[in-house]
Amino acid sequence: MTGFLSRFGQRRGADHDGVPEAAGAQDTVVGTKALRKFIQYLKSRPTPVLLDLGPVVGSNISFFGEQIGCKIFVEDLFADIDRHEREGRLSELPAFLRTRFPQPPGSVDGVLCWNLFDFLDRPSAQAAAEQLSRVLAVNGALFGFFGMTRPSEVPLTKFIVVDDANLRHRPYSSPRMRQAVLQNRDITRLFEPLRVSDSFLLKNNVREILFRKPDYMNSR
Amino acid sequence: MWKRDESVRPPAGRDAMGVQPPVPQAGVPGAAAQGADIEGRRHMETRDVVNIGKSVVIKGELNGSEDLTVEGHVEGRIELKDHVLTIGPHGRIKAEIHAKSVIILGEVTGNILASEKVDIRDNGSVDGDIVAPRVAIAEGAHFRGSVDMQRKSAPTPPASKVEAKPAAPPAAPGQPAKAGA
Repeated sequence: MTGFLSRFGQRRGADHDGVPEAAGAQDTVVGTKALRKFIQYLKSRPTPVLLDLGPVVGSNISFFGEQIGCKIFVEDLFADIDRHEREGRLSELPAFLRTRFPQPPGSVDGVLCWNLFDFLDRPSAQAAAEQLSRVLAVNGALFGFFGMTRPSEVPLTKFIVVDDANLRHRPYSSPRMRQAVLQNRDITRLFEPLRVSDSFLLKNNVREILFRKPDYMNSR
Repeated sequence: MWKRDESVRPPAGRDAMGVQPPVPQAGVPGAAAQGADIEGRRHMETRDVVNIGKSVVIKGELNGSEDLTVEGHVEGRIELKDHVLTIGPHGRIKAEIHAKSVIILGEVTGNILASEKVDIRDNGSVDGDIVAPRVAIAEGAHFRGSVDMQRKSAPTPPASKVEAKPAAPPAAPGQPAKAGA
């Protein structure tokens, strides 16, 4: 009886402390294929440095910090986009992004881009991609996904790592909606000179891509 | 549902009020120590917590050897090596913080080094770098900076530094001599 009752009592406390956060009303759990490879790469590094471009999620910090042993930089670019949108200063976003990352060149082993590039116009996307390529270490990995269907009412979303094969998607309110669809060719050009190491088209029409910074590139 | 209360009650130390003090049980090793521990904690909660009120502004270095709750403004440096620092909802801190545990409900600008845990609660805000073996960030909290969790070396902070450096052998040429010295 005690065991049965204790199931009800523990849930909320647990989600604050390392375990994936409890599901919200609009949450959906979606499979991921590239995340596992990204994590495998981070695990292969002695003291991996991770740059997370999404809104801060406590359980993700615990996952990557405690289980993978990463040092994590949280740079919420979605909040920056949101702020520029609200203030009507989107034309200034590319210039802002060029000075946004304080990390030295080649200092980051992994970048969690999530679906950031779905929400950027072309000049902003170019500026962000250049900077991410700059801060990424040689052989470093960048994990991102890109919607392959027409832009629609897709709001900004928090991505919560459930495990290395599943992500919980949690939409949150924002005036910014998804921008144009990027074709495969556009994506690879955007991130040059990074190389596509793995690419998966998921059933929900999202393309997951893992980029790597090639050996021949010294930190630029 | 009434049975739930009964079944939950036995670990009595958890209920803070209205519960009789825990009685050490003969034949149960550690029960006395556990009772003393709970009693000690209760003392800590009731006596050794100092408050800095909303209207107080401190500029400079703040050192202490008891738990502290800050609701006012502090600029400079806070050092509570073996104790818990709580930044209340009205607390505004621009300081480097060294403490055992730090609980943030207000705003902190500056780096935080905790030997046990940093806990950013709902509506808490941190702009700065965190070094702690455990970090909890609630939904609705703001954080910008870096988190370094000193993997697998939480219990002994000095040892963690020594252990962490040999883990990256090629990158730290000066370390072996230091560790051996």
